[in-house]
Amino acid sequence: MYLRHTPEKIIERHALTINAAKTCQPIGAMYAALGVHNCLPHSHGSQGCCAYHRSSLTRHYNDPIMATTSSFSEGSSVFGGMSNLNEAIKNIFTLYNPDIIAVHTTCLSEVIGDDLGQIIKNAYQEGRVPPGKVVMHTNTPSFKGSHITGFSNMVTSFVSYMTKKSGKPNGCINIIPSFIEPSDMTEIKRLLTEMGIKFIMLPDTSDVVNGPMDGKFHMFPKGGTTKEQIISMGDSSLTIGLGQIGAEAAPKLLNSKFKVPMELSDLPIGLKATDEFVNLLHEKCGIAVPETLELERGQLLDAMIDKNQYVSGRKVSIVGDPDIVLGMCQFCVENDMKVIHAVSGTPTSEAWEARLREICGPQAVVKTGERADMFYLHQLIKNERPDLLMGNTYAKGIARDEDIPLIRIGYPIYDRMGQQYMPVTGYRGGMRLFCKVLETLMDRQDRDCREEDLEFIM
Amino acid sequence: MCAVSYTGGVNNMFEVLEARKKQVFINGQDDFEVSCNKASTAGAVSQRACVFCGSRVVLYPIADAIHVIHGPIGCAAYTWDLRGSSSSGPELHRMCFSTDIRENEVIYGGEKKLYAVLCELIDKYKPNGAFVYGTCIVGLIGDDMDAVCRRVSEEKGIPVLSVHSEGFKGTKKDGYRAACDALFKLIGTDDTTPVSKDSINILGDFNLAGETWLIENYYKRMGVEVVATITGDGRIGQLRRAHRASLNVVQCSGSMIHLAEMMKEKYGIPFIRVSYFGIEDMTQALYDVAERMEDKSIVEKTRAIVQHDVPELLRKLEPYKQALQGKTAAAYVGGSFKAFSLVKALRHLGMETVVVGSQTGTKEDYDYLKSITVPGTVILDDTNPLELSKFILEKGAELLIGGVKERPIAYKMGIGFVDHNHERKEPLACYEGMLNFAQEVYTSLMSPVWKYSPARIRAAQLRDRSELFEEKENPERESDIHTKIAAAAGGQK
Repeated sequence: MYLRHTPEKIIERHALTINAAKTCQPIGAMYAALGVHNCLPHSHGSQGCCAYHRSSLTRHYNDPIMATTSSFSEGSSVFGGMSNLNEAIKNIFTLYNPDIIAVHTTCLSEVIGDDLGQIIKNAYQEGRVPPGKVVMHTNTPSFKGSHITGFSNMVTSFVSYMTKKSGKPNGCINIIPSFIEPSDMTEIKRLLTEMGIKFIMLPDTSDVVNGPMDGKFHMFPKGGTTKEQIISMGDSSLTIGLGQIGAEAAPKLLNSKFKVPMELSDLPIGLKATDEFVNLLHEKCGIAVPETLELERGQLLDAMIDKNQYVSGRKVSIVGDPDIVLGMCQFCVENDMKVIHAVSGTPTSEAWEARLREICGPQAVVKTGERADMFYLHQLIKNERPDLLMGNTYAKGIARDEDIPLIRIGYPIYDRMGQQYMPVTGYRGGMRLFCKVLETLMDRQDRDCREEDLEFIM
Repeated sequence: MCAVSYTGGVNNMFEVLEARKKQVFINGQDDFEVSCNKASTAGAVSQRACVFCGSRVVLYPIADAIHVIHGPIGCAAYTWDLRGSSSSGPELHRMCFSTDIRENEVIYGGEKKLYAVLCELIDKYKPNGAFVYGTCIVGLIGDDMDAVCRRVSEEKGIPVLSVHSEGFKGTKKDGYRAACDALFKLIGTDDTTPVSKDSINILGDFNLAGETWLIENYYKRMGVEVVATITGDGRIGQLRRAHRASLNVVQCSGSMIHLAEMMKEKYGIPFIRVSYFGIEDMTQALYDVAERMEDKSIVEKTRAIVQHDVPELLRKLEPYKQALQGKTAAAYVGGSFKAFSLVKALRHLGMETVVVGSQTGTKEDYDYLKSITVPGTVILDDTNPLELSKFILEKGAELLIGGVKERPIAYKMGIGFVDHNHERKEPLACYEGMLNFAQEVYTSLMSPVWKYSPARIRAAQLRDRSELFEEKENPERESDIHTKIAAAAGGQK
């Protein structure tokens, strides 16, 4: 047994984290920066950070992930990393020539106390940044928050560094998603396009980390929010943040700095949340919901009704990033499944936890933040067994030991394919998710039922 | 002197950075010493990692110890079950234990939390030992890890070793060194268990896909006792008596040579450097060990093994060689020893290496690489994706051998790939491994999916490069080869 040491009795831990259900800020920042066109993420710290983040993202997306590093040495950690960053800026523009260098810090440079704002300002003043190019930064101390925080921080910094208000409306709304897959970004863009709404999505990793095989290695793939789009976000009529935890900060900043009105919505996972998103668009943009979306919605609802008996009452444990966990819980509840555990290593708020409890009902154990890890979840599962587990690759250990089917959601997924191409958001994503859940549960039923109960018509 | 100029390449947009020119060498054309063992240029997309990474990969396979990462969660999360180092028993090494340092510890120090974590862990998991890894932040906030480890070790009665692997303190190589220093503290603490006079330690094999077991089996057949495998399927108990072996056999010289040197100095144990990869190197390794044993019959037994295994292997390799003859490869790996073996192994498959590089090679290593590669071969130290892809294109390599970050680059360019790093799924060491290697090279290079790859289609159209992308003219011959390979593969199983 892979996790043979997990006891059934839930032990008190005061310090130890075992098998974490989160990772550190910088990787989220790197992922967000990849969603900007011609932008090169830059890790201001030791080489290892950058190498680990690139390896991890590469394993998840099976695509080349480009990022540079300040390559700190012992000297840099004594004297500060300024000269490394200056050298890096020079080399990056010479060698790779991106439009934007998006610097994120690491625990190392945070604790040393490098003032990146000042270093970058000086780099501009001293002419190290070629005309028309952008160098910007965000602070991502690894000892606070999680990869979700890092993602949100980077998105917010793009706004604070680059966005302007010309006063002339651009006819767009801003869409700021939480840390989601490129496939989901594509699906959300499709919903907006179906409704005929002009929008700017920041970031947009579609066509960047799920690029096609075209026989070439592209340092900067086709996709990503463009520099011009980011600049123009101050002229949009509305910002919608999708995800209460990972997509709150940037809309707030756009609101406070440029008076762009904001709405904070859940990720459109499942029927109800997608309805809410579509209704919000309908209300705010004054656009009727097109027939194509009505059709997709109707089909999803039809499927949910057709096979409800096979999912109804099934117990589910969910682990992952808060916004996705909440979306999945919502999806399960609307299909009459019972969420018994919802765990996220990412710190949230009491209000957020309370809301999740309200969605899931009193039977659910909800825990986020410190020591809300896979070990804890495993102990919960040993005490109450779910029919289905939702989580990332690392939940596989629990799934195998306890013989519970696993549907992979969230980050990282190193051991399956598809998340980067096929969405779980919107009505179509909801259909895919529903079919996936259904198939998983039905496969189990076919495998486990008595022979006389084997059904051919399900 | 620095004669690096690139003209006429496919990808002319890219110039090698001035600071890197001494790390790019074209065999037969350039005449300078490859500059190496230096920190990466700031701002390059380096494929390298840090000190912590070096320590973590070396010690990771010690399976009956707990491995605690003292730092923010990331360092633990990215090295959780980081490679397929199999264990024949306990699997504590596969867990992800972290002190998950938060702001509070950054301000007030993390010693208390580390102490609490170690106590909680040792009480719960009852390990035979513990390794505590320092990360960047620990180096800065100045936690006295040694003191905490000493205290816990006394209180709990097991060795608790601190590994000074603060990420910024150098390159991955310094991490190997820190790991060796930690291991060295364990060695010599058990003087009672009997050990044969014809005995060795295996250093620097990590039991990826069970390779250590294959290697051990050869030594068993030769009549040589393996005292400790040090890292691959490693155990605390084995390590403690490792000082009583008569010879240290070091693979992956980059990571373990420091330990071998310290053991030589303190315990007088000689060491040799070997590689178990490829036919020549594997054979050489076995003979080198045999010749250093007291019992002279061991050489005889070794000869018998080689005489039995090698012809059989060559026979099985033949169809692969027929299919792969004349194809070209690029290899970019961590340690340079691996690069040497790869060049030779590929030659057994009828393939030439046209681009080769390592993250951590030394001057001697690169000199040796110059001597075994053909003129025109590009030799790279600490390269980056743009450079690598440029030379792959220029040299027309059809296969890349590398690690996780190189894989998608190869695939996007439309060339084959073999993982010779953490993510190998089949053992590549020993004679068995050579056959697996051939199979992997063949599977990747000859897959029908490449027929749909734009790069391959273009290459097929560009007949001027026909010798590089040779299409088999005679379909009968090709199908014949497929049959032979299927038969060889079947025969192996």
